Amino acid sequence: MIVHTTSPQFKRNAARALADTQLQKALGNVKQGFIDKRRKAAEKLPEFEGLRDSARDIKNHTLEHLDLYLEAYEAKVKASGGHVHFARNADDARDIILSICREAGAKTVTKGKSMIAEEIEINGHLQANGITPVETDLGEYIIQLRNELPSHIIAPAVHLNATQVEQDFRRVHKDLDPKRDLSQPVQLLTEARAVLRERFFAADVGITGANFLVAETGTSIIVTNEGNGDLTQVLPKTHIVLASIEKLVPTLEDASQILRVLARSATGQEMSVYTTFSTGPRRASDADGPENYHVVLLDNGRSAMLGSDFEEMLRCIRCGACMNHCPVYHAVGGHAYGWVYPGPMGAVLTPSLIGVDKAGHLPNATTFCGRCESVCPVRIPLPKLMRHWREREFERHLTPATFRSGLAFWGFFAKRPALYRLVTRAAMGALGFAGRHRGRFKWLPLAKGWTKYRDFPAPQGETFQARWKRERKGKAA
Amino acid sequence: MSARDDVLANIRRSLGVKGTETIRRNIVAERLEHAPKGLIPARGQVSGEERLALFKTQAEAALATVTEVASSADVPLSIALFLRSHNLPASLRMGDDLRLKAMPWTETALDISHGPSEGHDLNAVSHAFGGVAETGSLVLVSGPENPSTLNFLPDNHIIVVAAKDIAGDYESVWNRVRFTFGKGGMPRTVNWITGPSRSGDIEQTMLLGAHGPRRLHVVVVSE
Repeated sequence: MIVHTTSPQFKRNAARALADTQLQKALGNVKQGFIDKRRKAAEKLPEFEGLRDSARDIKNHTLEHLDLYLEAYEAKVKASGGHVHFARNADDARDIILSICREAGAKTVTKGKSMIAEEIEINGHLQANGITPVETDLGEYIIQLRNELPSHIIAPAVHLNATQVEQDFRRVHKDLDPKRDLSQPVQLLTEARAVLRERFFAADVGITGANFLVAETGTSIIVTNEGNGDLTQVLPKTHIVLASIEKLVPTLEDASQILRVLARSATGQEMSVYTTFSTGPRRASDADGPENYHVVLLDNGRSAMLGSDFEEMLRCIRCGACMNHCPVYHAVGGHAYGWVYPGPMGAVLTPSLIGVDKAGHLPNATTFCGRCESVCPVRIPLPKLMRHWREREFERHLTPATFRSGLAFWGFFAKRPALYRLVTRAAMGALGFAGRHRGRFKWLPLAKGWTKYRDFPAPQGETFQARWKRERKGKAA
Repeated sequence: MSARDDVLANIRRSLGVKGTETIRRNIVAERLEHAPKGLIPARGQVSGEERLALFKTQAEAALATVTEVASSADVPLSIALFLRSHNLPASLRMGDDLRLKAMPWTETALDISHGPSEGHDLNAVSHAFGGVAETGSLVLVSGPENPSTLNFLPDNHIIVVAAKDIAGDYESVWNRVRFTFGKGGMPRTVNWITGPSRSGDIEQTMLLGAHGPRRLHVVVVSE
């Protein structure tokens, strides 16, 4: 499969995003909404920090024994009448899903929200083979109409404003009265509900993702607020669960521990509206539910992350808290990242999955402020992992020549402390003197990349080391 | 090699293991057998009236409505009243749940039908397997008694739950699921439901009634 990505053009993407007034307006909703809600939910539960430790430990334990938990899970799915298909990569997964759909004689396929489905670009593959995929999560439905990628892992259409959605609905829902009122968001929701209801009933196959897979029982878990994932799996004859291998947890108790931090970290809810535990196809006495239950387990580079510097990334439960709290994401939104996974988690995961040669800009686009790590429910040290990618990029000579020579120049002085002190003292003294009146510079030689966008603050004339020494002396005396 | 063997071999290579190590296999078997609970929030660890009050507060915080009735014989009238007060049609669909069937529906003017939802029913009632006070969640299990389409297709979903089945935490409900379906066994679906359907996908503004029920009404039977 050819990976469609604009990650190599991150800088151009970011510049465009900064100039996009619609996007900037929509991004205001991220800062306002998510941060406060998460904080309040965390504060309401005294055990929240302890549950984060518990979630981290469960994920670490599972990853250490992933081969065995996968075997246990597979056996349980089979015992409940379901099928498990392993996929080495995106091509494997696409072939498996297409053949299940063909076997079911599928014309249309409804889909619950799944980032893995985006990763393997299943919609395009189905379409190319004469099967119509219909996204049913409201946000995913909207971006499908626009032929876009999600810009956020839990709020796919967060980059859009209601007026843009209205325009799309008018463009696509042509059989509805053109004079209808769609000025309120609730009218848009009601229209989507009615349109998608018909699609749910027409679908031959339903594809959902999975938030967790439970080894103890062979169960797949989805978490939604809309109920679309449930209608996707309960109405068609065939339910396909598409999940990556690191979604495993050992037991229902382990899943319950992590569920306690998932919604709180994501939307600030105590629990999402629908948490659904599915095990196999409908039973003999059941009055509804799918007759066939398939699980497609995707590796796609994850097994190689185990035991590497990036193993901790496999703990990720896709809550989106890292991007909700990221100043870079707030500024440029998700699309600038150029592939499926944006924000801090994307900056670590994308190079692992599509290569640091393509996605090297992403771990560089960070201020290392550390907010992502401070809110991650499974305590992934995201800044540290981004730093690992910078090292890899440097080792592989992927960083640009000017950057490398700059680092070499700095390195020359850094290895000679006396000289370093001398030069920095002279430079800070000179800059402090030159900027003593205005306190900032509008222009500096060799610093155009900085001063083009904002002033450079004038140093106070003393180096950090000198001040440190002086104040330590003062304290000692 | 099959994709399965490839993936497992890659995992084992990365972890530096063979997959046959007795210690690792024992650790995994032990965990699957004993399912350690982890950290249980103190919030739900209350009983009696206190637990019921917590359940009610939490369910209402999730925008469900909650009514209490003294006995199961009072359920039909309570539901009829709920439907009337919201100007909803006097029709109700339900599965084959014996507890629901035994209730005196003829005392009401409700038009009762049975079976899974085909998408035309405005109102449905299900009997919950249990509830969880910690977050005001209802736990429903699939089957002919309470078909899962009833949880999602109707506009108004009413869930009856016995007060004695409301637990403090999820783990207590999992214990009951294991007792009912056998260790490691599960019904086709277990649904945790916490409030009515909603979406925040348009400008991050929360709106009720996305794809599932617009209203969730809970009737707690105290007896």
